[in-house]
Amino acid sequence: MTMTMTKPSIVPNFGSDDAPTRKMAIICSKGNLDMAYPGLILANAALGEGVELHLFFTFWGFDMITKSRMEHLQFSPAGNTALHMPGGDAHIPQALAPAMTGMATKMLKKQIADLGVPEVPDFLDQIVAAGGHLWACRMSADMNKLELADLRDDVEGIISASDFIEMTDGAQLLFI
Amino acid sequence: MPTIEIAGKDIDVNEEGFLTKYDQWDEAIAKVLAEQIGVEMTDEHWKIVNFLRSDFKSAGETATSRRVQVVGGFPIKEQFVLFPKKPAKKMAYIAGLPKPKGCV
Repeated sequence: MTMTMTKPSIVPNFGSDDAPTRKMAIICSKGNLDMAYPGLILANAALGEGVELHLFFTFWGFDMITKSRMEHLQFSPAGNTALHMPGGDAHIPQALAPAMTGMATKMLKKQIADLGVPEVPDFLDQIVAAGGHLWACRMSADMNKLELADLRDDVEGIISASDFIEMTDGAQLLFI
Repeated sequence: MPTIEIAGKDIDVNEEGFLTKYDQWDEAIAKVLAEQIGVEMTDEHWKIVNFLRSDFKSAGETATSRRVQVVGGFPIKEQFVLFPKKPAKKMAYIAGLPKPKGCV
């Protein structure tokens, strides 16, 4: 490139547009609302850093991409002893926790929305728009008697475990 | 923090080269910054950069890609086309703003 203007002497290193990219695959195995987010947040961040990104949905994580279920993920305090009363350190009694799923889901959704973070389906839209790839697990599809038509339209395929291993050659893997 | 010369002006930057003073930025500087990272500014680029500038002024922090889409109305896909690979950071850099702090 011909430079006609004064060159700044300190330039951030954003990498090259055509250099081979870092590659990352995140396995989403949970269908609880709170556990849907870590994978999505990291996936979105990876894409924003120019990383090639694959999300693989398996077991309970299937709910995140199943059309009839993806809008209804829930958050339960049951079994989660790190959940505290709003604004303090006091624990929510585990005996009460199972009855609190509805309220806890509503509260978590509000907290997430307040941060400007989208709901799960919207978040996946963003991830796909940023170039991310969505894959569904063959065994989970068979177990749930689901086909590609039951899943988000942008799921690229239902693939086997070995397909996934092959596809993620050289990738960094994360299991959530 | 270093001071460097861009488009004939002394400009304060951080160790990575991002501008640190909002008011030191102007369009001539933005053009140099863009050229420096391989971005050729078009009207579409300017619209986003101008959004980032005005949003920073009112919100007090640099918009994330998400916010550029939701508040600014510039789809994520377009951001990746205009500022390839690392849109959020490249947009912020050209707009003379800090890197976005938000996770999403």
